[in-house]
Amino acid sequence: MQRTGAQIVWEVLTQEGVEVVFGYPGGAILPVYNAMLDYGVRHVLVRHEQGAAHMADGFARASGRVGVAMATSGPGATNLVTGIATAMMDSSPIVCITGQVNAPFIGSDAFQETDVTGVTLPITKHNYLVTHTEDIAPTLREAFYIAASGRPGPVLVDITKDAQVGKTEYAPSNEPIRLRGYRPDLRALPEEFERALELIAKSERPLILAGHGVLMSGASQELLDFVEKAHIPVAVTLLGIGGIPASHPLNLGMMGMHGEAWVNTAIQEADLLLALGMRFDDRVTGNLKTYAVNARKIHVEIDPSEINKNVRVDVGIVGDLRETLRTFLAGTPPLEHAAWLEHINDLKGDSAVRDIQNLPDSGHLYAAHVIHDLWRYTGGEALVVTDVGQHQMWEAQYYRHERPRKLITSGGLGTMGFALPAAIGARFAKPDEEIWAIVGDGGFQMTQAELSTCVQEDLKLNIAIINNGFLGMVRQWQEFFYERRYAATPLVSPDFVKLAEAHGLTGMHVDQREQVAEAVEFARSSPRTVVIDFRVEQEDSVYPMVPAGADLHAMIRRPSPIVETAEDV
Amino acid sequence: MLNGNRTFSDVQAEHTYVAFVEDKPGVLNRVASLFRRRGFNIESLTVGHTEQAGVSRMTIVTKVDEYTARRVEAELYKLVNVLSVEEVTATPSVMRDLALIKVRADGEARTQALQICDVFRARVVDVAPDALIVEITGTEEKIEGLLDVLTPFGIIEVARTGRVAMRRGVQPTTYSPEFVHARIPEDSAV
Repeated sequence: MQRTGAQIVWEVLTQEGVEVVFGYPGGAILPVYNAMLDYGVRHVLVRHEQGAAHMADGFARASGRVGVAMATSGPGATNLVTGIATAMMDSSPIVCITGQVNAPFIGSDAFQETDVTGVTLPITKHNYLVTHTEDIAPTLREAFYIAASGRPGPVLVDITKDAQVGKTEYAPSNEPIRLRGYRPDLRALPEEFERALELIAKSERPLILAGHGVLMSGASQELLDFVEKAHIPVAVTLLGIGGIPASHPLNLGMMGMHGEAWVNTAIQEADLLLALGMRFDDRVTGNLKTYAVNARKIHVEIDPSEINKNVRVDVGIVGDLRETLRTFLAGTPPLEHAAWLEHINDLKGDSAVRDIQNLPDSGHLYAAHVIHDLWRYTGGEALVVTDVGQHQMWEAQYYRHERPRKLITSGGLGTMGFALPAAIGARFAKPDEEIWAIVGDGGFQMTQAELSTCVQEDLKLNIAIINNGFLGMVRQWQEFFYERRYAATPLVSPDFVKLAEAHGLTGMHVDQREQVAEAVEFARSSPRTVVIDFRVEQEDSVYPMVPAGADLHAMIRRPSPIVETAEDV
Repeated sequence: MLNGNRTFSDVQAEHTYVAFVEDKPGVLNRVASLFRRRGFNIESLTVGHTEQAGVSRMTIVTKVDEYTARRVEAELYKLVNVLSVEEVTATPSVMRDLALIKVRADGEARTQALQICDVFRARVVDVAPDALIVEITGTEEKIEGLLDVLTPFGIIEVARTGRVAMRRGVQPTTYSPEFVHARIPEDSAV
């Protein structure tokens, strides 16, 4: 049957199982929007295209499926860039469809023309410029395949307006996609497994480093089975949180810059690191020269280019983590590392119980209080979407996630403004789950316009603004490393309660700990989006902390008892 | 075959790759962008058609340590338009560069220049009253050698193609399925 290019876009999206698209119309994508009305795909009108990309990303991370964002040419497409880069760094599968000026105008600096395939080349897994109607269907199918397979990532498809308008014969295709140069299904050689199993069997102080790959390959159960059989403690990366239950006795918690001291010390003392689906980011290794010098290293990664990139390893195993863990499980006898675990427990000392309970309840509200209480009142079961900064680290420390895909956060790129749009995207993936967006006063203001999207789409979210009147993490660095010279970090915000009310939503101020329970309960029971403005201690810092580039074991420890703010002293 | 048991050298050295890529718009840009973004310095890059329609051949020379050399290969493979990559640095292969050298040569100098070209098996492809264009094919060292001895005559300009490489023997330079600790599963269609 004859179809226009614009119709073919929706035909393919429907065939790919897409139910929701996040986007913003404009001249060069108008034919696609015109055709949209005849198809059953829900469209969410964002307030800025960055929001569309983050929503697609949030949808993808919550569901494990491909998220879709749409924008027009020029500024519409360039506004997607931050969201695409965010998805690239965290290996999130999204497809971005952009309109482009008519093919004959390309290169002429036409109105709203931008070379978006050029702009996004280094921040996409792959991208396409489509100038012929008959290429639209195969290209979009390839885009979905590439985005979701292997190490997932963003794919951008730029379609010229004349290709959208043109007509061609279209029939749905179920042919498997064959790309000659694309190999997402690499596997390790048998002798590499043998060597890995040998190192595991010989190790006395093994430690697993579990990353985002555990969630992406759906390997949580396999990880648990292997960990219990081989009796190996696990440290998780920020994006690996939830890959193994927080309450599991072998889960030590988060590693790295704001990981607990005993976790980082255990890494430095281990004789074997088994890195699973993580990429030795500088935020988890600290100084590479002194990183885990006592350990042999096995790196399991789906992306061969990650192996030996930052940390040199003894064995590199390329392949799907779930499959790899099954092989490990079959090849490992039941092991026991009681002395090593006891030693880690000694390292832990009293610092594990020192955290929340020992915060002075002096009538001041600490962010850690708020997040700990949120965890308690939601039974640890909420899907939490965080922004970037101090609140993000406190959430990682104090909200204990028991299941995968329950924490969505911008890890690699550290994109402020991520939380609200990503939470909106997650809402479409998980219509029945309790969702909390936890966001700083700085990050919230970057994308707060998406509150309107929330209202227009009649979405229920719970928004917790951790408001300390500063760009808190930057302020903390200024306090520690720049002699408290607070350059450009004090932050004036609007009245967030009134802002919520201006949107027809309910807002609440909370500045005492005893008000937290009531506010959280109100938000949970309300059928509509609620914004809670938690006014917390202004100069509180995230501990412990490995200064950037310092040795992993050289941490700034959490003061005990907690140091009051300058005002209190 | 490369595997994780091997330790690599930290010494920076020249590495030569032959990459087969799809002949599509922007592919050269993708490869060049990859090298720029990852901070791998390109010493030389050549592109041309192959015996197969729709497939281009690139020869890329970069100066990196051995760990980075593995990564260059793996990063190239990640590009969807790259069909195969082979590092030929340590493989017995023929490597050639071509140069056109315009050299000042009149009177007596011309005879001397022609003799030198003969020794280097270089061909004179253009003769003007006061200059010659010499074509030479060979390794970089050979071309550098000729340039050295022609310098006293006065070199007016030099055009060089950059290195091309081909594996010796009957086996074609094609993809090595085992690369960077990995293999392509046997059950998967090519």
